[in-house]
Parts: sequence; C-alpha cells; structure tokens
Amino acid sequence: MAASNALLDPPDAATTDRRPAPVRRRRGVGLGVGLATTYLSLVVLIPLAAVAWRAGHGGAGGFWKAVTAPEAAAALRLTVVSGLIVALLNLVFGTLIAWVLVRDDFHGKRIVDVLIDLPFALPTIVAGLVLLALYGPSSPLGVHLAYARAGVVLALLFVTLPFVVRTVQPVLLELDQEMEEAAASLGAGKLTTFRRVVLPNLLPAMAAGTALAFARAISEFGSTVLISGNLPFKTQVASVHIFNQIEADNTTGAAAVSTVLLVVSLAVLLSLDVLQRWAAKRA
Amino acid sequence: MPRFAASRTATRTGRSSRLALRVVALGYLALLLVLPVWLVAWRTFAGGVAPVWHSLTSPSTIHAFKVTGIVALCTVVANTVFGVGTALLLVRHEFPGKRALNALIDLPLAVSPVVVGLALILIYGRFEPVGGWLADHGVQMIFALPGMVMATVFISLPLVVREVVPVLTEIGTDQEQAAWTLGAGRIQTFRRITLPAIRWALAYGVVLTLARALGEYGAVAVVSGRLVGKTQTVTLLVEQRFQNFDQSGAYAASFALAAIAVVTLVVINLLRPKESEI
Repeated sequence: MAASNALLDPPDAATTDRRPAPVRRRRGVGLGVGLATTYLSLVVLIPLAAVAWRAGHGGAGGFWKAVTAPEAAAALRLTVVSGLIVALLNLVFGTLIAWVLVRDDFHGKRIVDVLIDLPFALPTIVAGLVLLALYGPSSPLGVHLAYARAGVVLALLFVTLPFVVRTVQPVLLELDQEMEEAAASLGAGKLTTFRRVVLPNLLPAMAAGTALAFARAISEFGSTVLISGNLPFKTQVASVHIFNQIEADNTTGAAAVSTVLLVVSLAVLLSLDVLQRWAAKRA
Repeated sequence: MPRFAASRTATRTGRSSRLALRVVALGYLALLLVLPVWLVAWRTFAGGVAPVWHSLTSPSTIHAFKVTGIVALCTVVANTVFGVGTALLLVRHEFPGKRALNALIDLPLAVSPVVVGLALILIYGRFEPVGGWLADHGVQMIFALPGMVMATVFISLPLVVREVVPVLTEIGTDQEQAAWTLGAGRIQTFRRITLPAIRWALAYGVVLTLARALGEYGAVAVVSGRLVGKTQTVTLLVEQRFQNFDQSGAYAASFALAAIAVVTLVVINLLRPKESEI
C-alpha cells in the first residue's frame, strides 16, 4: 500500500519545495517502477523468455528440425496464408463498413455501430460455436465450410472484424469533406476523388488496422478449435498445433513453433510502429 | 444550366452507389455476425425455456461459473491496481526505462493465448525449477487457480493502462497541484481529484478486462489442465459439452456467455459518451 501511495505524488516538486519531500518522492517513484517491472516480469517477461529459451534447447539444429517437421511446417504455412487472406479481406470490407457507418445514414445505424465490437466481447469459443451452427454440417443455408480451410478463414474473419473498421472510422470522421467537394467541383469523378483525395488520407489507418488484424489472426486459437476440426496438414493452425504438442508433452517442439509465431507478430507490430512514426514525421 | 443537370445525375449515381455499398456492408455483417449469433440463440430456446434453465442450474455449470467468476474477479483487481499505478507512473513521472516499460505493456496483445499458457507452464509447471520449488512449499500454480489467474492477467494486462493513460495526460496536473498546495496529502489528492477525473476511463478499462477474463479460453485451456469439476471454466465447459455431443448443453452455456457479452457492449457504449464529457 505504501508503495502505491508513493506513486500518487504530484509531479512538480519545485512549486512546493518547502517540504523535504523530493528525496522521499523519488524513492517512491523508484519503488513504483520496481513493483510495476516485477509484476510485468513475473507474469509476462520471464515466462516469454522461457519459451525462447526452451525453443533453443536442442540447439539451432533442433529448433530448425522442430519448425520444419512436416506437421509444424504445414500448420505454420496455413496460419500465415490464412492470416494474409483474412488481412486483405478485412482491408476491403473493414474500410467499406467504416465508410458506410460514417458517410451513409439509415435506420438502425447506431445499433450496427455497436455490433461491430461484438467479436471483441464474445468469447472466442462461442464465436466458433455460432459459426459452426450456421456454416457447419447442419447449416440451414446449405453452406458447409466446417472442417475445411474456408472455415478457418471464416472464424478468423469473425474475430478480426473490428480492427480495420475501428481504426479507419475515426479518421474518416475527421476528414474534411470540403477537399472532396473541391475535387468534385474541379471535375474529378467519384472514383478519382476517392483514389486521389480520400485514400491517401486513410492509408495509414488502413495499414494499421490490417496489421493488427493479421497479428491477431495468426495467434488465434479458440474460434478455430470447433470449426476447423483440427485436421493435421489440412485445417490445423499453428496455435492448435502448439496446443497438441503441449498435450503430448513435447514442450520443446511447442516452444519452437511458438517462437516463430512470436517473432512474426512482433515483426509486424514493430514495422507498423516504424511506419506510423515515419508517417507522423512526414505529416 | 448544364452544370445543374450534371450535378443532378451525379447525385443520382451517388445515391445508387451509396445504396450498393450499404447493401454489401450490411450483408457482410449479417452473414458473419448477426445470423450465426441469432441462430444459436434461436436453437437454444427451440425446446422452450425449461431445459435451458435446467442446464444452466446443473451443478457442473454452477461450478464452472464459480471458477470463472473467481478467476475474473482476481484478474480485475490485480490489473486495476497495476493499471492505475502504471498509468500514473507513465504519465506523471520520468524515470529511466520509461519507453521500454511503455512498449512492453502492449506485448501481451501480440501473443497467442496458447503461447501464454505454454510460457507459464515453462516457469511455474511442477517439473520446472520455480514451479517445483513453489510446489514443495505447498503452492500449486499450474492445473490450479493461481495459474489460471496468472494466464488471464497476462491476456488482459494492457486494457486498464491503455484506457487510463490518455485521460490522465489530458486532464493535466493543475488541479492536483492546487490540491497539493492547499495541503492535501497524496491519498487525499488521488481520492478527491485524480480518481473522479479518470473514473469513466477506469470503468471502461475494468469492463473490458472483465469481459476478456470471462471469455478467455486458449490460455486457460492450457494452464488449467481442464479438470472437470475443479478447474473447468464456462468456456471450457462449452467446449467439453460440444465435443461430447451435448449440443443443447453447449448452446445454453454459450447463450449465457453471449448474453454477458451483449450486456458488456451496452455498458461500454453507455460509458463512452460520458468519457468525452470530461
């Protein structure tokens, strides 16, 4: 308790320097930083480091062998390819939905706007279950996507829906429509206006949303469990493969594939960060 | 005159393309979101309310809800304390390593839930040095509640921090300094000035954390060992019932979780406008 109180100091000691507080205060901040770092380390950093450590258990050769084992390689390939497909579909449909939510007007728009966040609130296992109800063997639509790669893509589309919509929507809201009117009055057609005026402004947000959707898609587990049927070489994604390896007590193999997943999603998020800094600097 | 004619055809084509876009967007959302969820709700109650009620009040379901509730509650408390404390550190203080801490907080968002489970097993599992030492001293982490809480804390770590930081930055320090000058202590300043200012953002973060904790599946599936009647949460119950061909049982539990999700959405949307009033 004492430590968390120490965190609450007002920042500017200079204005009230009659108190002998600065030294104590600095110690309080140090204690707070120490506590926060310890908490983060115990829960997140040390365990994640252990994954990388375990992946290197069998040396570089062992790591390479675990990652290129036929089942692991197939799972990783399916994960990255379906992640890319899902990211692209999200880029198109997410931008389109954001556009409709901002520029269009119809009854129930507010409800649709709220519904966009449903995939974030709904447990992933329930997401898989509801998709299996409509697109599974007993589908009332007669569309059977379960236990096929299309089912994996469908599940990933469901859980990643909000990313692009929620990053593009605020930018579109802020966008000055006068620019578009100016372009139109100068004779630009609808498509030209969109391509030359709107799109350049939306691109950073679209890229950010797509990258986040990709990172989420390659690490997704719960929603794919039921609908994919987890058939090795066919519908088994990397996280399901990792899960099976843990169950089979092959933690070293699981750690190797986990490390690949971690590196890919960190690389995506880091390059997004670099891209955003670069865009902010240019703007 | 020609200008008028041109603009009129422009609005007409504008209207039809707008309608086309609307149909595509709403159709996509209907097929992906609304119809599947509606179908499960409809099938859940196909046999009336009684069997659903019966399934939801069965001892195993009640136990699963208890386990989920305990894990979610511990997670919310831990991440709220950590979240507010860290947000205050990041916004109000300078210290070496601040940028690193800021970046590392977002790390859990990039990690697959299964990898979270694996990571915790590799440290706190009984056959690892740390987990073995803890087990010798009577603390079992993996296949027990502490490990499940830890996994859920990991998954939802950034949510409170990321809601509170922007509000703390925006309100600035004027009022806190005024209170400080007038002789208020640290706790008093926090309770009377800072907390009221961040309360909606904090509530938003807490609701997000709670929803995430109630619905977590992957990390908990790895860490809990899925011991029926002991460490089984509601999401694990849904999976187990579904695999055992107990579809109505799986649907009933899913419906309960989906109802919680919808309530969460409504609460979040009620909190949102208030946040901007500050």
